[in-house]
Amino acid sequence: MAGGHSTYTPSSGIGRWVDKRLPLPRLVYDSFVAYPVPRNLNYAYTFGGILSIMLVVQILTGVVLAMHYAASTELAFASVEKIMRDVNSGWLLRYMHANGASFFFIAVYIHIFRGLYYGSYKAPRELLWILGCIIYLLMMATAFMGYVLPWGQMSFWGATVITGFFTAIPLVGEWIQQLLLGGFAVDNPTLNRFYSLHYLLPFMIAGVVVLHVWALHVTGQTNPTGIEVKSKTDTVAFTPYATIKDGFAMVVFLAVYAYFVFYIPNFLGHPDNYTIANSLKTPAHIVPEWYFLPFYAILRAITFNIGPIDSKLGGVLAMFGAIAVLFVVPWLDTSKVRSAVYRPWYKLFFWLFVINALFLGWLGSRPAEGWYIPAMQLSTLYYFGFFIIIMPLLGLIETPRRLPNSITEAVLAKTRGGATVTPEGAAAAPEKRA
Amino acid sequence: MKTILSGLAAVGLVFSAAVATAAEEGGHSAAEPTHFPILKPQEMDWSFAGPFGTYDKGQLQRGFKVYREVCSACHSMNLVAFRTLEGLGYSEAQVRAIAAEYTVTDGPNADGEMFERPALPSDHFPSPFPNEAAAAASNGGAAPPDFSLIAKARAVERGFPTFVFDVFTQYAESGPDYIHALLTGYEMEPPEGMEIAEGTYYNPYFIAGKSLAMAQPISDGQVTYEDGSPETIDQYSRDVSAFLMWAAEPHLEDRKKTGFRVMIFLLIFAGLVYLTKRKVWTEVAH
Repeated sequence: MAGGHSTYTPSSGIGRWVDKRLPLPRLVYDSFVAYPVPRNLNYAYTFGGILSIMLVVQILTGVVLAMHYAASTELAFASVEKIMRDVNSGWLLRYMHANGASFFFIAVYIHIFRGLYYGSYKAPRELLWILGCIIYLLMMATAFMGYVLPWGQMSFWGATVITGFFTAIPLVGEWIQQLLLGGFAVDNPTLNRFYSLHYLLPFMIAGVVVLHVWALHVTGQTNPTGIEVKSKTDTVAFTPYATIKDGFAMVVFLAVYAYFVFYIPNFLGHPDNYTIANSLKTPAHIVPEWYFLPFYAILRAITFNIGPIDSKLGGVLAMFGAIAVLFVVPWLDTSKVRSAVYRPWYKLFFWLFVINALFLGWLGSRPAEGWYIPAMQLSTLYYFGFFIIIMPLLGLIETPRRLPNSITEAVLAKTRGGATVTPEGAAAAPEKRA
Repeated sequence: MKTILSGLAAVGLVFSAAVATAAEEGGHSAAEPTHFPILKPQEMDWSFAGPFGTYDKGQLQRGFKVYREVCSACHSMNLVAFRTLEGLGYSEAQVRAIAAEYTVTDGPNADGEMFERPALPSDHFPSPFPNEAAAAASNGGAAPPDFSLIAKARAVERGFPTFVFDVFTQYAESGPDYIHALLTGYEMEPPEGMEIAEGTYYNPYFIAGKSLAMAQPISDGQVTYEDGSPETIDQYSRDVSAFLMWAAEPHLEDRKKTGFRVMIFLLIFAGLVYLTKRKVWTEVAH
């Protein structure tokens, strides 16, 4: 798929027969065996593979859970508990699915930050980036609806708050909210449609993932230097090089995931969701799942009216804007240099952005009171400032470091330099090893 | 560029100073606390904590006795079936006998009548009240919470940075710690000047206020233990907390045991894949 001609030669008669009729083995060979990848990809580049594994884990556990789950306000909570208590290995399936959602988001956030750091969104990869943003949006919708299904207190009240956002939209807001809910409040019709959509969206994600990977294989991967592949020495074959490196990262990631599933399965959840939904009893603090907390902080940072926009609509616009801004990142970044490795100032602002995003997440878990509010506002300001002011401006005023001529040159310079100043414990010049 | 940055740093410093002052002003008086619980629960030693944790069956049986003789007068446990009591170390016959001590409503029979019969192991614990409205009416307007999941449904917030350390210490016992703290917290006197609403009882460990509608539910010597364990509020509280943890998470031992095997497998597998990866990449500078 990557421009070059196919090198696949079927070795058996059956292989040649299939290849003439449906060259699927050729597609797989060209995409996942012979496909050239930059030789200098680091472990930050393994999260794409990890994400596809997590999608498969979520779909497989989800399909089995769906066999035991009952989408009715009368039965949902008890059916989840039946899974936990009576279904064979049901506790394992449910904890894998619930923690799987969290680890899916951990992986996607690292994947997005990787893209921002190495400038993976820049031409000619704008569509690749936008497809990724669409996957992220679909993931958020899927996760939100999935969280409603156990029908605990946070399910119910989270759904009430989040669908309530839509009422802030002038004229059509109420109508949209009622369409989402299937009524005037979160109730059985809401649960039923959320269940249906929660089952549908992962397959839409899988579809967009196919487009995402297709777009990736057309442009080829970026790499830590940000320099495009120029010659054959810049690349290695996907198999075995990338496969084994991705494989190692996947196993390590799965080990961390398993640690949560088996030892602290409720660490990332909210205790209130072990209490059945009660429309008459509002929890003290309604908080969404951890992966939405930065956006929840941005939503609540807008405590003031801006002209005709009241604070409620302003908050909702800011929250959706925080995601929408990602879509235009390829055009906000004016720098000619792709990778942060050669952009000292961008590197600094990037890490500030990461710290700020984590801080926003923590603020999202706090009630909107006292000093938390100005902190949320300042953090929100930096979040948007990073994209809207720093990104365009920095590209114009920053003096980047000298770029190497090619990936090969960068790699060789690094290994040669590594021999003289070896950091403690680092394997210098691994190619010289017996 | 540098001036912009130092300007930003200055703004940041001023802001954090302002925040620090604001945080200090936010302090509250002892008589009128605004954040609950007033006291954080003490962390207890639980046999089921940690990667190799297992339930102490003797403790579970004692805790079950406390639940049966005290808590169950008001608190239902309607997600738990009698048959699962075998997890407490009871034989099938013992479970049958325990179930038979309870009466459940069944029916309708061939005549269309509902009837009462002794419970079977397949039945769930019957509720002490016919419905939630009745439970609320007999308890000052608020129905006592169901106990099936209470040990996972209550957790006092740990705060930053403790919640980060909790990942590494595998702290997952905030539920039982809370229950134990609440049950032993009734002995404390409210600070001077604090107003306690009538019909409620001061408890500094209560998660949602300074006092709660439940009076001290248990006192020293109330439940007789046959195994010689001390018959104190503290011991009762530990035992019933452990029992409620079991009720909320009956497959905990299975989970941790499976987890150990999975972790060992994944770590060895990761090691092997890493060695393979190193071999594959030996000849390639990267």
